[in-house]
Amino acid sequence: MRIGLFATCLGDTLFPDAVKATAVLLTRLGHHVVFPPEQTCCGQMHVNTGYQREPVPLVRGFAEQFGDPSIEAVVMPSGSCAGSVRHQHRIVAERYGDAALADAVTAVEAKTYELSELLVDVLGVTDVGAWFPYRVTYHPTCHSLRMLRVGDKPLRLLHAVDGIDLVELPEADACCGFGGTFAVKNADTSTAMLQDKVRDVLSTGADVCTAGDSSCLMHIGGGLSRIKAGTRTLHLAQILASTRTSPCTLPETEAAAR
Amino acid sequence: MSSTFLGMPAVPPRSPYGTGNLRGEHTFPAAAHDELRNEQLRGNLRKATRTIRGKRLDVTGELPDWERLRDAGAAIKTDTMNRLPELLEQLERKVVEHGGTVHWARDGAEANEIVTRLVEETGSDEVIKVKSMATQEIGLNEHLAGRGVTAYETDLAELIVQLADDKPSHILVPAIHRNRHEVRDIFRAAIPGVDPGLDSVPAHLAAAARAYLREKFMTVPVAVSGANFGIAETGTLSVVESEGNGRMCLTMPDTLITVMGIEKVLPRYQDLEVFLQLLPRSSTGERMNPYTSLWTGVTPGDGPQTFHLVLLDNGRTAALADRIGREALNCIRCSACLNVCPVYERAGGHAYGSTYPGPIGAVLTPQLAGMHAAKNDPNSSLPFASSLCGACFDACPVKIDIPSLLVELRHQHTEQADTTVEKLAMKAAASVMKRPRLFTAAQRAAGPGGRLVAGRDRKISRLPAPFDGWTDSRDVPAPPRRTFRDWLASEEGEATLRAAAEEGARTADHPHQEENR
Ligand code: SF4
Repeated sequence: MRIGLFATCLGDTLFPDAVKATAVLLTRLGHHVVFPPEQTCCGQMHVNTGYQREPVPLVRGFAEQFGDPSIEAVVMPSGSCAGSVRHQHRIVAERYGDAALADAVTAVEAKTYELSELLVDVLGVTDVGAWFPYRVTYHPTCHSLRMLRVGDKPLRLLHAVDGIDLVELPEADACCGFGGTFAVKNADTSTAMLQDKVRDVLSTGADVCTAGDSSCLMHIGGGLSRIKAGTRTLHLAQILASTRTSPCTLPETEAAAR
Repeated sequence: MSSTFLGMPAVPPRSPYGTGNLRGEHTFPAAAHDELRNEQLRGNLRKATRTIRGKRLDVTGELPDWERLRDAGAAIKTDTMNRLPELLEQLERKVVEHGGTVHWARDGAEANEIVTRLVEETGSDEVIKVKSMATQEIGLNEHLAGRGVTAYETDLAELIVQLADDKPSHILVPAIHRNRHEVRDIFRAAIPGVDPGLDSVPAHLAAAARAYLREKFMTVPVAVSGANFGIAETGTLSVVESEGNGRMCLTMPDTLITVMGIEKVLPRYQDLEVFLQLLPRSSTGERMNPYTSLWTGVTPGDGPQTFHLVLLDNGRTAALADRIGREALNCIRCSACLNVCPVYERAGGHAYGSTYPGPIGAVLTPQLAGMHAAKNDPNSSLPFASSLCGACFDACPVKIDIPSLLVELRHQHTEQADTTVEKLAMKAAASVMKRPRLFTAAQRAAGPGGRLVAGRDRKISRLPAPFDGWTDSRDVPAPPRRTFRDWLASEEGEATLRAAAEEGARTADHPHQEENR
């Protein structure tokens, strides 16, 4: 299958390893990954902060970059960006764009998937041949869970990973407190939510906390790093891309180095 | 008044600034900052919301048609809002037909005036009250007090709040922020003639309240209530409650005055079959609430012989005029969204500064009272008091898409707000991001700087304002050496993907070998 990869602005700039892993994984599964070079950002941060005029060119850009009918599916290693494309682009296009943009958005929205959806629903695989011999706990991010309704797809993918010790995260469906600009505008409340999430993650004794969204992982990881915890964060794609031939090495943590 | 048609109708008025309880003194972040330090509050909230969450899931999960009930509830409410004027007039006709009197109050001030006048006409200087959001919203008790009328709250939790001169912090459990020892102290201090040795055993506390209230039920001739539903078809009003205090207020006095928000109307009597299932299961996690009172006008020789219905607008027509925001009027005040909200659970109800806290409060309050009524209007911070996690939408029995409404109100706010630093930054970010070349240039420029600030441990622990809130509790990773797109274009990127393709081809050719690995 010819799959368009949307790196997301955050993934491209700050968390390239998650995007690399997505590309490697899909390539390993025999698919042709294309990266439309003019892609930038989905505009989610703008819309969620209350700005709907400003992201019109971003919505247009996305539709142009991925509208190409030879791209059969569009994937992104982010539940919230996929949510934005599927739920918000149309709102922006209809309100501040034009009919042509609304049509383009509709076409591209229908073939847009978050990684676990693409793998399980479209490509029909749960065992991707991965090997990851560590204790892992999974945080289902809010947008994957409640906006995209990915359900247990990520967990099914993780269960099939060879060597993994998958442990359940208590209160898994609770928000980590990120919420984009919420973490800055309401930093105190966000911190209180993060503290509970970090406590639950640590209670699992996991080496790795994983999720399908680098933004939430940045938040949880930032909290773990601040208290110098031994648990690190890795994107789901990085675990699924890891094999015996090319294993994913765990990033050092201060606790581990001590 | 002139009857000349003046073209476009004016935007319907919001609840007037400075009246009622639809605006706090501080913005949400400032108020939450203080509330978050209240360990008692956080502990109580955590315990209470969790318990009720579990109960709700049990009793909603057991119904095979729960999702269809939610759909039906949403459909009935949407239909109601689409023809609200005609339904209200029908309700008025029916109530009058059955011996009641109907009053229309444009806002809280008018409603307060009407109720006070009606009480004064009875000659009583006391009223007993059924827990009611609408009268809380307009500040009726305070208004009555100003005119020498004492209002007694008869719901146990409302009574605690009232005796402590406090404000409710939860729609359903107004005293959720108090523990039983505090309640004992409040009762000892405020209930006349209470046993000075009263302890904090819940049953003893309830008995003390009951003895106090019983006397009021027997002697006060006027009651004021709210309404959960008003049926247009029959003129029937309904109050749903747990303690039976409502039943006393609705049946014992000579005069009953009901203040009902205009959005509480339902078209048909039969619609109750949907809502009397949705409401108790969503709010208290009970299959059926203990007391459901229904009354239609006046019944000679049975119950109050004078009945007044005050229909309250107070910004509801303004909300109705909003194509998107009007969905918030579908709310049946079950409080399920509060109980699942992670922000509410931490910050508590008072941080919202309104009678309506939690997710629904964050969308309803700005719609009823506006969010640009003054400079730095605290209400303008409410739509931002959410991480948009979506738990409220899943819990709502009438499927109000609260996260989308919050996003919409955020947009309305930025559209109305003057040029701010944030607006400029958002514009700047968008104009960089819409030009791929500029975007990649910016990515490359940010890298070295970020890595420099991060230093040897590759993390940033302190950012300048406005991002300092982030680094108060979280590190930021240093930007990586190479962006994804640069990696992809590099030899390393190409080689890695080639190797992955080869590895994939190998495993596809020899699947057994893989299985035996
Ligand atoms: S918005 Fe929905 S969940 Fe929240 S109180 Fe209203 S009806 Fe209940």
